[in-house]
Amino acid sequence: MSSRGADRAPLILPPSPTVDAVALEERAAALAKRSIKKATKIAGLRLAIRMMDLTTLEGKDTPGKVRALCSKAMRPLDSDPTIGPCAAICVYPNFVSVAKAALAGSQVLVASVATAFPSGQSPLSIKLDDVRRAVEFGADEIDMVIDRGAMLAGETAKVFDEIAATKEACGQAHLKVILETGELGSYDVIRRASDLAMLAGADFIKTSTGKIQPAATPPVTLLMLEAIRDYYYATGRKIGMKPAGGVRTAKQALHYLVIVKETLGDDWLAPSLFRFGASALLNDVLMQLEKERTGAYQASDDFSKD
Amino acid sequence: MLTKPQTTSQRIDGRMGKLSKIEKKREHEKPAIVFGNQWDYAPAPEATDFFKIGKRYELFIGGKWQKPRSKSYFTTISPSSEAVLAEIAEADDSDVDAAVMAARHAYDRYWSRLLPSDRSKYLFRIARALQEKARQFAVVESMDGGKPIKESRDVDLPLAIAHFFYHAGWADKLDLAFQGRAVRPLGVAAQIIPWNFPLLMAAWKIAPALACGNTVVLKPAETTPLTALMLAELIEECDLPPGVVNIVTGAGKTGAALVNHPDVNKVAFTGSTEVGKRIQRAVAGTSKRLTLELGGKAANIVFADAPLDQAVEGIIGGIFFNQGHVCCAGSRLLVEESIAPLLLRKLRDRMATLRVGDPLDKNTDVGAINSQMQLDKIRELVAAGEREGAERFSVSCPLPKKGFWFPPTVFTNVSLSSRIAREEIFGPVLSTLTFRTPDEAIEKANNSVYGLSAGVWTDKGSKIFHMASKLRAGVVWANTFNKFDPTSPFGGYKESGFGREGGRQGLSAYVEVV
Repeated sequence: MSSRGADRAPLILPPSPTVDAVALEERAAALAKRSIKKATKIAGLRLAIRMMDLTTLEGKDTPGKVRALCSKAMRPLDSDPTIGPCAAICVYPNFVSVAKAALAGSQVLVASVATAFPSGQSPLSIKLDDVRRAVEFGADEIDMVIDRGAMLAGETAKVFDEIAATKEACGQAHLKVILETGELGSYDVIRRASDLAMLAGADFIKTSTGKIQPAATPPVTLLMLEAIRDYYYATGRKIGMKPAGGVRTAKQALHYLVIVKETLGDDWLAPSLFRFGASALLNDVLMQLEKERTGAYQASDDFSKD
Repeated sequence: MLTKPQTTSQRIDGRMGKLSKIEKKREHEKPAIVFGNQWDYAPAPEATDFFKIGKRYELFIGGKWQKPRSKSYFTTISPSSEAVLAEIAEADDSDVDAAVMAARHAYDRYWSRLLPSDRSKYLFRIARALQEKARQFAVVESMDGGKPIKESRDVDLPLAIAHFFYHAGWADKLDLAFQGRAVRPLGVAAQIIPWNFPLLMAAWKIAPALACGNTVVLKPAETTPLTALMLAELIEECDLPPGVVNIVTGAGKTGAALVNHPDVNKVAFTGSTEVGKRIQRAVAGTSKRLTLELGGKAANIVFADAPLDQAVEGIIGGIFFNQGHVCCAGSRLLVEESIAPLLLRKLRDRMATLRVGDPLDKNTDVGAINSQMQLDKIRELVAAGEREGAERFSVSCPLPKKGFWFPPTVFTNVSLSSRIAREEIFGPVLSTLTFRTPDEAIEKANNSVYGLSAGVWTDKGSKIFHMASKLRAGVVWANTFNKFDPTSPFGGYKESGFGREGGRQGLSAYVEVV
């Protein structure tokens, strides 16, 4: 099951660099000072839409709601077909087939959370079954959660093995590894978890489930991008990044894009390597785009809720 | 006065030739990160239409704007465009004499008789007025000096204001600063400030002097007089008694006249070590009190256990903040050998994102070199570094055609004996040395005629304290760099000068303990 085989040799991973919290937060805040205006703003907002994993992860989700979300993802703004589409929609495994059918013929991918999302507190066999079923239903991407309890208890080998096993279960599907940074307690642990996830086979690392506060923050995202950069230096492999939860406004989205641009450059300014996990963000971005086009803000009811 | 600058293409060609050679050596740094223009920032210029710079500024003496007896004027230009901003009066000996007389009169007649709490009120008033006009001061500071608006707006102005607020608080509590002992002011303070932080240095000088009950004659640098003169206008609006603050403008000769004036009780100078030595000779044998804040060649020491990505930010801020025109700049990078290749790779990638250009663009990170003279000095030292065999890496960004510019540069393979490791370049040029043990780091860091500041980057608390106790530097920053606060004393060891500015310790430069 594990990529390291059944005998489980002691796992020796290269150490992770230390993180200075004050300086990290200062740098993230400094990047918020970039002045993003006019053409840059419009291009950034359009890019942000194409980077969105439009998400609904609620107990009350229904096929109807998921279909509505799919049509929003394919054509975010009725009046302008050049806007979008979003990168993916993100749902529970039960709605993967519905989404897949609704999105047929479009470029929008289907991401499914799995591995006993959001807590991850189930036996590994159940979590892997969760993944396999989601893939069978047609998921293009799997958003797994790491075992935060194991991470905090120092059982890094367990965390590593679970990610490696999940990657195997994904087959062709892309694997996003959710660290749930709001539960990890310090930047050092977040950095460690990022390194573990990449070494274990993640295609993307992702901040949060959206169910825990704080979710994505600029310093956490910067830190994870720095981890991706070190991994790229060492291996040449490009790992993607997905801040999720807490990104609600166009202004915040632009701040994140600035962080990406100035940490990892042009290659990562693409939906293939950077995503926003969000639901409320899309309409704020659309509102700002319409404001740039017409010069005036429109009422929130001018934009479809989903 | 100014030599014709090179064209952009000349500059870029010259640099690219060199860069391609360096690129070859860095084959092992593949895969590279592409910092291109796929999503580039549109120009975001700060507005300049909400105020006017005067055509001509006279001398501010005794609360009045007086024409110079010398009848002579010089121009101040914008180093980013070479456009003339204003004509400035040049004070000669007799003007300086009039200014010192005015300060003496104001000291005897008004300022020494005021209740300390009233001095405090005036300083609070200046602080608040400056706060209200902060935007205008920031824009002029960037126009006259070449520094990015981001820095004048977020660093120079807030700190200058904070110094006035802080010292306003001390004015009526001085007995608490000296363990219950009474203090009295010195009298007239002659203050000479440099061109790198024109308004901030004026605040560092004027605020403690006034708080302690002295009156001042201040001479700003000849390339950056505008914000000091605007401060004079603001002080006039604040209704300070005439002559408490006098501003005389001019170059070295004006400064010499001020230092040598017999009726001055205190000389405070911030600037080059060379001029500082001359001043010290000039006041030797007189009763004048002296504080000097001079050059530096700070070691920024990065250990293998340091938070590396944050250390890179500290290195960048340490040397490229204000184009490296900072006396406490971290201009010598000392890296533990085992991490040097990785750290330098990160540093070069970070340098690729620096935006060099129009100081008034809100997205500019590195602005213009302050003057042709300074640019020549930087070029001379960089050429010396290349001759001495150090490896140069400069950012390959387009530079504006007009004005004085130098691309952010880092040297590796620098030997401790080379000029770029010993002399203060005062520009955006970093020299990198490596070390193997903490003792070697201490030895190399202290092996300098200067001792103004130092930086230590390590995750280990005990190492920070060990290093701080061994480094011969007035300020030691740990896991940060170029942090300033009015509550924290600033000053140097050895040829970086003596005396402290800021904090409780800074007050003693302006009082006599009775």
